[in-house]
Amino acid sequence: MLDPILLCSQLFPGGHDVHIEGERVVGTGLAKAGEVAVVGTHGHAAIGADLAFALATDVLEVIEKHPKRPILMLVDTQGQRLSRRDEMLGNPGYLSHLAKCFEVARRRGHPLLALVYGEAVSGGFLALGLTADKTYATPDAQVRVMALPAMSRITQIPIERLESLCRTSPIFGPGAEHYEKLGAIESLWSGDLAGHLEAALALPAGSDRRRHLGAERGGRTAAHSVVERMLAAP
Amino acid sequence: MTIANAGYLEATARQRVRRFFDAGSVHEWLGPAERVTSPHLPALEMPVAFDDGVVTGRATLEGKTVFFAAEEPEFMGGSVGEVHGAKLTGLLLRAARDKPAAVVLLLDTGGVRLHEANAGLIAISEIQRAVFDARAAGVPVVAVCAGSNGCYGGLGIVARGCDWVVMTEEGRLSVSGPEVIEAQKGVEEFDARDRALVWRTMGGKHRYLLGEADALVADRFDALRLAVASFFGRTRAIDLASVRAEHAALGRRLERFATAGDATDVWASLGVAEPKAVPMLTPGDFVAMADRVRERADA
Repeated sequence: MLDPILLCSQLFPGGHDVHIEGERVVGTGLAKAGEVAVVGTHGHAAIGADLAFALATDVLEVIEKHPKRPILMLVDTQGQRLSRRDEMLGNPGYLSHLAKCFEVARRRGHPLLALVYGEAVSGGFLALGLTADKTYATPDAQVRVMALPAMSRITQIPIERLESLCRTSPIFGPGAEHYEKLGAIESLWSGDLAGHLEAALALPAGSDRRRHLGAERGGRTAAHSVVERMLAAP
Repeated sequence: MTIANAGYLEATARQRVRRFFDAGSVHEWLGPAERVTSPHLPALEMPVAFDDGVVTGRATLEGKTVFFAAEEPEFMGGSVGEVHGAKLTGLLLRAARDKPAAVVLLLDTGGVRLHEANAGLIAISEIQRAVFDARAAGVPVVAVCAGSNGCYGGLGIVARGCDWVVMTEEGRLSVSGPEVIEAQKGVEEFDARDRALVWRTMGGKHRYLLGEADALVADRFDALRLAVASFFGRTRAIDLASVRAEHAALGRRLERFATAGDATDVWASLGVAEPKAVPMLTPGDFVAMADRVRERADA
């Protein structure tokens, strides 16, 4: 996995001041099209109440100080913070607040991109990463709901069975390429990262097309048709 | 207790829908007759449900047209698979287009269906976007978290992205459930068998005192429907001012309760005179007391 600061040097050959603050990765990078705000996490951070709140602070600052500036989420999260304290304090409210801040940014004209460069797991990924207009990943990114051994334990499905299903279906197992096939990850970035970023910044934000992509790529064939049927049902 | 007298908590999704909305008004979209089932469960030799565990459609409530979804608690823990999730997304996008008086989400779920893990997680993200679309179209979205599975996982986050959250004392709202925390972090972190701990950490009364829930009512259909109808015509903007207000409230919450080890400490520092007596209070007495001291997430 790439160090987030080295990653930014590759993403922004024109320069950046992105730095580490606790579990956050924050700063500004210079792309050809202009300045890009970076909001993210590192060290497989677990996103609990405090971190979600701090990330929301970063997003609000971009909205208020730099109208319409693109925001790049750099995602490395093991998921929501699993603790009694965070749930007692209302983790749904904190994670949802972060998602709302991104939604306000989107509606005020900030293009939202995400790059998963470490881990992206369940609740953490829902608030940071899947809230982007388009989500990208490096090829070695670990994207999942749960590791297969734990999934096997909980579902009581033998792990050999899950492993064999993973070879034929992107639905069960971890992997950025699975999420690409399912339409949640637009594409995998390798090689010229700055070039990928420039190309992504040039795309219009548009509406949520993940279910269309999942159907086109053959990985998630039911979601789009079910939505269409719900829209058309007499 | 007969079904006719039973509360919301123990009812099935279809019983809930029939008893929640005006008599004879329920019209289902993609009901069981259409056999829209999970394409993934057969590969695991798991049984499917003809509605994939969620009842969706339109109905009237107090005479006003609402779009509804009700998760079936008995089918795979109300979990979100690809089809289940797409029915919710479709319902919300239809609401954004057709503008009913409200969308009512009767959530009762452990979150992502692990048997369709990746598709379930993506579906929840699509539901979240669609909730915001419905809200932006001016349709109030009301989440009811009063079911036997609680409202956990990604849908716990989605519920808090709705305009309004209605709970009962028995309802629970959290991201990680007690069993998940215990399994991953140990029984010292969370003893999932300690039901009193579960309810005071994630239950409706605590959520109402924190400002995570907007209404707390008894586990009765008449009480729940009145609470939902009270939000007709009342939307919350998703704009810079509203997230700024929420940000201030959530920041204050972190400061106020930084040293609280237990929900009873939170209640004491809110000024609840007898924290230990909170679980004993009837919903009416509780709300009368709580309204004097509770935090708000939006002010």
